[in-house]
Amino acid sequence: MRKLEQFEKEYLKKQTGQFRVGDTVLVHMRIVEGEKERVQVFQGVVIRRKGGGLSESFTVRKYSYGIGVERIFPLHSPRIENIEVVRSGKVRRAKLYYLRQRKGKAARLKEIN
Amino acid sequence: MSTAILGKKLGMMQVFSDRGNCVSVTLVEAGPCVVVQKRTPAKHKYSAIQIGFEQIPGRKLNKPRLGVFERADLSPMRYLREIRMIPEDVDACKIGDNITVSIFAPGEKVDIAGTSKGKGFQGVVKRYHMKGNSQTHGTHEHRRHAGSIGMREQPGRVFKGKKLPGQMGNKHVTTQNLTVYKVDEEKNLLYIDGPVPGADGGLVTIKKAVKLTPAKK
Repeated sequence: MRKLEQFEKEYLKKQTGQFRVGDTVLVHMRIVEGEKERVQVFQGVVIRRKGGGLSESFTVRKYSYGIGVERIFPLHSPRIENIEVVRSGKVRRAKLYYLRQRKGKAARLKEIN
Repeated sequence: MSTAILGKKLGMMQVFSDRGNCVSVTLVEAGPCVVVQKRTPAKHKYSAIQIGFEQIPGRKLNKPRLGVFERADLSPMRYLREIRMIPEDVDACKIGDNITVSIFAPGEKVDIAGTSKGKGFQGVVKRYHMKGNSQTHGTHEHRRHAGSIGMREQPGRVFKGKKLPGQMGNKHVTTQNLTVYKVDEEKNLLYIDGPVPGADGGLVTIKKAVKLTPAKK
C-alpha cells in the first residue's frame, strides 16, 4: 500500500478543510443535472471519518422531517466545493454511532469554546 | 509494432474521474520492454517476437540464458516472453526495439494475463461454489460434499471433467476486454479500470483485446 501512496498524490486535494468528528458542518456539493450545474448544501453532524489517503471518507448525519439521514462523502471528491464548520462539538469517541439511537434533546453535543 | 507488453501489478487504488466519479483502478508498471528475438515462419514455422522485461545483473542468470542476450547485444533481463503476431508485424520489429506503454491509449480495450493467487487444495464448495448439504436435519458427515458424481453400472465410471476437489488458483488466467483508464508514459504506468489477475508484484502480460481489435489478415 505504501508504494501506491506516491501515485495518489496528484488526485489528493491540497486543502480538505479542517474538521473533526462531532463538528456540525455545511458540505457544499456540486450537482450536475443534465447541462446545468448547481451547488447543494448538506448540513449535519460528522459522525465518523474513515480510511486514509485518497479513499478517506466521512459521514454526515442530520434530522430531516423527523427522519434521520446519513450521507457518506469521499473527502477528496472534486465534487465537494467546500466544507464549512458551523460549530464544534465536544466528543469522547471517534465514531458517534450512538447518535443513531437518539433524537431531539438527547442527540445534542456540548460545544467546544 | 508490438501488440503486447509485460508489466508488474502494483496494486489497486481509487481515483476520481473528470466528472467526479470514483473509479477503482489497478496500477501496472509496464515496460519498457525490448525485442530480444524473432520467430519467423521460414525458420521456426510460426511467427512471434520474444520480449524481455526488467533488467538484472548478469550473475543472476545461467549461461544459456545469458547467451540469448549476448547474441542480441542487450543487457540481461529477468523475464522473457513470446508474443504471437502476424509475420508482417514481426518483420516490422527490429531486435533491440523498445516497447513502452505508449502502444496503448486511454479508453482502449486490453486482455490481461497473469498467475492467479494460489488457494491450495480446495473442496468443491469453495472451488466451484457448490451448495453442499444441510448443516442440520440429521446430516451425517456429508456437509460440504457434492452429492452424486455419476450413474450406475451404466456407464460405470465417472465422466471426465467432473468437478471434484483439487488445486485452486495459482494458474494462468486471462481477463478479457479490460479498459485502459490512463497511460503515464513518464513513469511507465498503466491505469486499468477494474481488477487484474494475480497478486501484487506479479508478472502480467497486457495485450490488445483479441475480440475487439480488428483482425489483420
